[in-house]
Amino acid sequence: MIDILSWVLIVTGGALGIIGGIGLLRFPDVYSRLHAVGVTDTGCASLILLGLGLQSGWSFESVKLLFIYAFLFFTSPASSFSLGNGAWQHKIKPWSKDQSTKGDAHD
Amino acid sequence: MTLFVVAAVTILISMALAVVRAVASPTVFDRILAVNMFGTKSVLLVAVFAFLSGRPDVLDIALLYSLLNWLGVLAALRMVEREEFYSSEPDDD
Repeated sequence: MIDILSWVLIVTGGALGIIGGIGLLRFPDVYSRLHAVGVTDTGCASLILLGLGLQSGWSFESVKLLFIYAFLFFTSPASSFSLGNGAWQHKIKPWSKDQSTKGDAHD
Repeated sequence: MTLFVVAAVTILISMALAVVRAVASPTVFDRILAVNMFGTKSVLLVAVFAFLSGRPDVLDIALLYSLLNWLGVLAALRMVEREEFYSSEPDDD
């Protein structure tokens, strides 16, 4: 039962990672790609770490996996925010429907 | 056993997608973003490898690398923000 559950968790985590990677390639500008990476980082990481934790049961490894998840849980939003803030400071205009305003400085 | 191999393969595929984005990216922030994603995926890969090779003490490497990766992203952003792109000799123009 545990194996089936960890199989399901790890496979969905991997699928989320690949979907995020595809989103990283297809989205038009930095801010939407930031969203794609945010989805994969938190979703795929938590599912895969949970799946691994199920495999290792109540042991020292699951505590380490919990620490890894805690670090990722706190650091990935911080890095996404600093990235978005840096891009905004650098006057990168968010993508808009009419392509004329792509890339030039915003007001 | 095959569970970890499947997990490793899926993580490698998403890392390859991140590398593709890192290479072909218009702005410098896409590159930092792709490197950030690559880093967190390598953390997961090390964690999966720890179970694959049956040596659980490898998890500490993943633990440390998740922090190092974040510091690297912050350092890169700091460098980009302060426009310090010259080489080691700052004063020769």
